[in-house]
Amino acid sequence: MSLMRITSPHARAARSTASVMLLVAAATLPGVMALSWCFGPGVLINIALAVITAVVCEAAIVRLRQRPLGFYLGDYSALVTALLLGIALPPFAPWWLPVVGSTIAIVLAKHLYGGLGYNPFNPAMVAYVTLLISFPVAMTQWTAPLALLSADSESMSLGVALSQVFSGAGSLDGHTMATPLDLFKQNSTLPVVDLYQHEPMFAAAALAGAGWEWVNLGFLLGGLFLLYKQVISWHAPIAMLLSLSLCALCFYDAGSANSGGSPLFHLLSGGTMLGAFFIITDPVTSAVSKRGRLIFGAAIGALIYMIRSWGNYPDAVAFSVLLMNFAAPFIDYYTLPRTYGHSKPRRATEATD
Amino acid sequence: MSQLIARSRDQRKIWALPGGIHPAENKQRSLQQPLVDLPLPETIILPLSQHIGAPAKPLVKVGDQVLTGQPVAEAAGAISAAVHASTSGTVVAIEERPIIHASGMRAPCIEIEPDGRDQWVPLQGCEDYRELDASTLLEKIRAAGIAGMGGAGFPAAVKLNPRPEQRIHTLIINGTECEPYITADDTLMQRYADEVIAGTQLLAQLLHFPQQVLIGVEDNKPAAAEALRQAIERSECKKVLPEVVEFPTKYPSGGEKQLIYILTGQEVPSGALPASLGIVCQNVGSTAAIYRAVRYGEPLTSRITTVAGNGFELERNVRVRLGTPVKHLLYLHGYKADMTSRLVIGGPMMGVAIADMDAPLVKTSNCVLALGHSEQPLPPPAQACIRCGQCASVCPAGLLPQQLYWYAQSQDYERIQAHNLADCIECGSCSFVCPSSIPLVQYFRASKGAIRQQAQEKIKSDRSRERFEARKARIEAEEAEKEAKRLARKAAANAKKKAAQEAAAEKGVAADAESR
Repeated sequence: MSLMRITSPHARAARSTASVMLLVAAATLPGVMALSWCFGPGVLINIALAVITAVVCEAAIVRLRQRPLGFYLGDYSALVTALLLGIALPPFAPWWLPVVGSTIAIVLAKHLYGGLGYNPFNPAMVAYVTLLISFPVAMTQWTAPLALLSADSESMSLGVALSQVFSGAGSLDGHTMATPLDLFKQNSTLPVVDLYQHEPMFAAAALAGAGWEWVNLGFLLGGLFLLYKQVISWHAPIAMLLSLSLCALCFYDAGSANSGGSPLFHLLSGGTMLGAFFIITDPVTSAVSKRGRLIFGAAIGALIYMIRSWGNYPDAVAFSVLLMNFAAPFIDYYTLPRTYGHSKPRRATEATD
Repeated sequence: MSQLIARSRDQRKIWALPGGIHPAENKQRSLQQPLVDLPLPETIILPLSQHIGAPAKPLVKVGDQVLTGQPVAEAAGAISAAVHASTSGTVVAIEERPIIHASGMRAPCIEIEPDGRDQWVPLQGCEDYRELDASTLLEKIRAAGIAGMGGAGFPAAVKLNPRPEQRIHTLIINGTECEPYITADDTLMQRYADEVIAGTQLLAQLLHFPQQVLIGVEDNKPAAAEALRQAIERSECKKVLPEVVEFPTKYPSGGEKQLIYILTGQEVPSGALPASLGIVCQNVGSTAAIYRAVRYGEPLTSRITTVAGNGFELERNVRVRLGTPVKHLLYLHGYKADMTSRLVIGGPMMGVAIADMDAPLVKTSNCVLALGHSEQPLPPPAQACIRCGQCASVCPAGLLPQQLYWYAQSQDYERIQAHNLADCIECGSCSFVCPSSIPLVQYFRASKGAIRQQAQEKIKSDRSRERFEARKARIEAEEAEKEAKRLARKAAANAKKKAAQEAAAEKGVAADAESR
C-alpha cells in the first residue's frame, strides 16, 4: 500500500461544521418552546415551512451547480438559516410568507454570492427585510399572547392554525395585538408608568411585555448555552446588549410620554435576545477579530435603539444587522489583533512592498 | 496578547502562552522500553544539507576510505555546518538521493558503505574547557558540525556567536518537546542529565556568563526535570547554576519564540533574532552534543530518535547513526505497512510525511511516526470557511488565519503580508481545530512560496533595469564624447583654415607692398 504524502499537521481534533450548526439549532429550543407556549403553534408551522423550503431550494441549487448533494446539504447551514427566519416571522402568517422568505434567503442571499461562507449579508435578515418591505401588512400582524386573548376568542388548535395558514379561512381579528415595541412607538400621551398600568400587555407581564419577555429569556438561555459550549464568543452579544442598555438609559427621559423605554424593556422585547445570540453571532457575516466583534456588536446595539426610537419601524434588529454587515469588512481592516513580535496592530490597508 | 501570569512549580514567574492547543500526548507508549543503540545499517546516506543555510561542500571523492567522525563535507559560507561520516567505510557515491522533504525531492548526498568496523578518527578532547577561550570553543563547535537538533537545524556555531554589541543576559535551554509522541529529549534528559548540565555551563561560559540560565521543561516530564535538578546538584562547577523551570503543557510552547515569551515575558521582534533581545535559546540535544564535541572532540554522528505509532510493533527511543535510511529503522521495529496510513518524520503537528523509505535520518530527525488509519484519520474533504474564528483563538502568534486563508485563496499577496503572514510559525494549531477541515498551513506555505518567488523576480527585474540604465548612460556618454571630439576637430580645422587665410592675406599684402 502506498503511503499518503500530505502536508502537516497530521493530527486533528475539531468539531465539525455540521455539529456546530446542530448545536445552534438545539440552542434555539428554549426560545421556540416559549414562543409556542405563549403564542400558540404558529411559530412551529412557520419553522416547518421555512425549513422544508430551504432544504429543497438548497438541494436544487447544489444540483444546478453540479456539486455533490450530501456534502453540501450535510453542513446543516440551510436548516439553521430557515430556523432563524421561521422564528422571526409572525405566527399564523400565510404559508407563502415563510416559503418566499426562505427562498430569498437561500437562493438570493446565500447561493448567488457563492454559497456558505461567501455571503456578505445575513441570509435570514435579508429575507426578513425583503418580506417586511414587500408585504408590510402580513409582516406586521402579530398575535396576542394566549394569556391575553379576550374571553370570546379561544386559542387556536393546530388544525385551525393550519387552515388559517394555508387557506386564510377564518380571520385573525380576535387574535392580533400590538407588540410591546409597537405600543411604545404609538404612545405619545402616557408616561411610562401609566402605560405599564394601562396596557394589558404590560399589566399582565412580569418584566417587559407579556409573552415576549419569556421568549427573550428563552433565547437568552439558549445563548448562554452556546457561550458555555464555546460555539460563539461573548464579544458581540455582550457589546450589543450593553450598548443597547446604555442608549436606553441615556435617553430614558425620566419615563415621560416621549421616552423610548427602559433598558430592561429593550433587552426583553422584540428580537433583542434572538438577535444578540443567534443573528449577530453568525460568523460568516460578522467582524473577525475580538476587538472588531466588540465594535460590531456595540454599533448594532446603538442602531437598534436609534431605529426603534426615532425610525419608522418598531423593531430594528434586522436593519441594524444588515447595516453593520455592510461595515464588517471595513471594521476588519482596522481591527487586526497585535501579532507576536510587533509593538502595535497593523492596518490591513497598509501598502506592503 | 493576553499576559496571564502564572507561577511555575518552583514559584518562578512565568507567562501563559496565548492560544495553543492540547492534542493527545501519546508519550507514555515510547517510554516503556530502554534506550538502545541501533545496529549499523547497510548503507549510510549523508545529505549535504541537514541544516539551515548553504549546503556543505564535499571534501572526499568516490572511492575514499573514511573513518567514523571524519569530516566528509565542510561548511560553505557563514551560515552552514560541516558533515561527518557516522561510521567507517568507503565512499561509494556523491550524487542525488531521496531526502526527507515534504516535496519528496532528491538532493546531493554522500553515500558510504560501512565496513562494519566502526573505526573512529583520533579525537582531540579537552579535559577542562574552562581554560579555553570563546573563539577556540566556537571553533570546536563549528568543526563538530552541530546544528539545532530540536527540528529547526540552525548551525549552533553561528547562533552562539552573536554580534559584539549584543550582550546576552539570558540563556535558555529548550527541553520542552511539546509535540505529541516525541520523547527523544525526555529520554536524553533522563539518561544524560549530566551532559546536558555540563553543556549548559559550557554555553554560559561561551556567552560570557549571562545573568539568567534557564532550562525550560513542560510539566508532563517530571522525571526529566528531577534528573536535571539532581545533575545540577552533582555538578562540580558552581559558577553557573541553571534553573529548571517547569511550566504547563501546551502545544506549541517548544517553539523558540514561544518559549522565550513563557520564560521571560519578552517577545522577539518580528524579523529579528532572539540575540537582539539578549537571549540565546538552544535545544537540550544540541547542548549535550556541544559538550561532547568540546570534552571528547566528538563530532555529531548520531542522535536519539523516537519510534512510535500504531504502525510499529515496537515503540521506543533509539540512538541512531545519522544517515541511516528510514527503512532500516522500520524493519527493526516491526513496521506494519497495511496498518500505516502515513509515515511521518517529526511530530504529528509539524512533521514531514514521506513516501520513499530510502530517505535517510538527519540531524533534525527527532521522531519516526507510523500513523495508523484509525489513530490519526485522514482529514475529510475541506468545506467552506464559515469564519467561526476557532483558528484565531488558538493561534500562538496572534494572527487571523481565516483572513490569511481568504487572501491566500484570492492570491492577494499585498493584503496577506499586511496581515503578518511572515510571522506564522506553521505550528498547525489552526488546521488542528478547523471545523471545516481546511488545510490552512498548506495555503500559508504556498503563499509564502509565491511571495518569495515574487521577491526574487523583483530583484532580477530591478537588476536588469539597473543594467539597462547603466548601459544607456554609457552609450550616451560615448556619444557625447564622440560629439565633443568631432566639434573639437571641426573647431581645430576652422582655426587652421582661418590661420591659413590670414597668412595668405598677409602674404598677399606683403607681396602687394613689395610690388608697389
